[in-house]
Amino acid sequence: MSERETPAPSGGLTFCGIPLAHPVINASGTFDAIAARRAFGDALLARFPFAAFVSKTVTLEPRQGNPPPRLWELAGGMINSIGLPNKGLAGYLEHDLPQLAELPVPLIVNVMGFSREQVAELVGAFGERGEVAALELNVSCPNVKTGMVMGADPGETAALLDAVRPLTRKPLIVKLTPNCTSPADVAAAAEAHGADAVSLINTLRGMAFHPRGSGTAWLGGGSGGVSGPAVRAIALAQVAEVRARTALPIVGMGGVACGRHAADFMQAGADLVAVGTESFRDPLAGARVAAELAEIRANRGIMASARDPRREAIAHNA
Amino acid sequence: VTLAPFGRRLCPVVAHEQHGAYDVISVLDAEGPAPEAGQFYMLTASERWGGGADERPFLPRAFSVLRRHEDGRLDFLFEDVGPGTRRLCELRAGDGIWLLGPLGLGFRAPEDGRRPLLVGGGVGIAPLAIWQDAIDAPALLGFRDAAHAEGARLLRGPRVATDDGSVGFHGLVTELLPGELDPSVTVYACGPPPMLEAVRALCEAEDVPAQLALESGMACGYGACFGCVVPTRDGYVRLCVDGPVLDASALDLVA
Repeated sequence: MSERETPAPSGGLTFCGIPLAHPVINASGTFDAIAARRAFGDALLARFPFAAFVSKTVTLEPRQGNPPPRLWELAGGMINSIGLPNKGLAGYLEHDLPQLAELPVPLIVNVMGFSREQVAELVGAFGERGEVAALELNVSCPNVKTGMVMGADPGETAALLDAVRPLTRKPLIVKLTPNCTSPADVAAAAEAHGADAVSLINTLRGMAFHPRGSGTAWLGGGSGGVSGPAVRAIALAQVAEVRARTALPIVGMGGVACGRHAADFMQAGADLVAVGTESFRDPLAGARVAAELAEIRANRGIMASARDPRREAIAHNA
Repeated sequence: VTLAPFGRRLCPVVAHEQHGAYDVISVLDAEGPAPEAGQFYMLTASERWGGGADERPFLPRAFSVLRRHEDGRLDFLFEDVGPGTRRLCELRAGDGIWLLGPLGLGFRAPEDGRRPLLVGGGVGIAPLAIWQDAIDAPALLGFRDAAHAEGARLLRGPRVATDDGSVGFHGLVTELLPGELDPSVTVYACGPPPMLEAVRALCEAEDVPAQLALESGMACGYGACFGCVVPTRDGYVRLCVDGPVLDASALDLVA
């Protein structure tokens, strides 16, 4: 087993022991580095926008994804009903992993199974791979054996981690779903059962009707996941609630479109910030957010003393 | 394939023209590479992108390039049908627009000295104009009415059909197609799905190769969102990176 060689960045930032050049990564499923390299060529590698790359969810078997239409635009966001298309584990290992290993940043592989056994098989397959820095568990999926969404219930999450934790020494990041009673309870269960970090939020369940007024759903999958700036306030509150319940590192995300938003997530308790939907609007959004965040952090002391806090408080809602 | 520079570029709108029901804006893309016919760009107005109907648009909009000029000007053809196209139609010289592109796979030259034939419908005539600049082919164009048929002037010497008979042939452009199909032709088509499906079926029946420029709702344009898939005989493909031009023979049906 050869561990990936990642030069230690000067800033000394690490996440679960992984050295990172800056605190901005991508949200799983919102950036396809292989397709982006086809569109932009090797310029993608020279200016890779994220400090680590989180790949799209891999399932055991290949999936075609949901029938179109798959997108619906909203005020300040969108609903997607993509349905996790992917080549399956074997296809990912053969076709995707060698290409993703060429990226200039650590690789985090996102996996999802329809049972604990499936997740265990996926974790086991990546658990000793040198190309892989960490695994993210997509738990926004029903366990077909219990009928419960694994990440919506602390007991399910605990049982899942008990099944997969022994299979790898790599960091395990649990991607929390916002579509449950208490993401903080789930995060606490994840921590107690061996997770190394949590990431949140995944998309919020949403739907749209066909504009014709025919009473049919617009999205081919019926419902989908809401993302973009519209969800940011919800995501911030959930990150703050999870931070209050766990000491685990947190990847915060949900509608981050600029450095100010990223700084807000860090105030809420996130250690890293992920950019998702904004990359659809601007493929360099990750790099832009990282640069803006660095500037905000560098100037914080100076700015705070120069500003009139009462005036700023009024200005936001003015 | 011409690759896109990595990242959006803020470019000035340098001209706006009205062509009946359509708006043509010219954008000076001095830094960008020349697109291939059928490639597209993701467009975002630099100001007031959002705040229209339903507080949209939010996502960029995908448009095939209508024409490229030697000085780097890119022309785009719009019809105001929704919040994104409404904002794009408002743009005038001096306004700013974010460009990402050129993206996707465009038209490929006909094989074996076959004769190209262009078939377009409505705003779908756009990629046929830049393709006609490259290969000089006859065009059959269909429009709803006289106001839309003014778009026909953007191509050279087209035969025009209108739904209401106000200009040219009274009927569908695909009714003109059978008379032009022979075994030496390659068809290049872009237009609404029913038109493309008729073109596909006619070409299949006559065993004539056809390349169809399709459209699909798209969030990103570079393969990230997986939102723009269309069903093909090989399963779903992302129109942004595997299209927007697809061989008709890859499709069972254009829906």
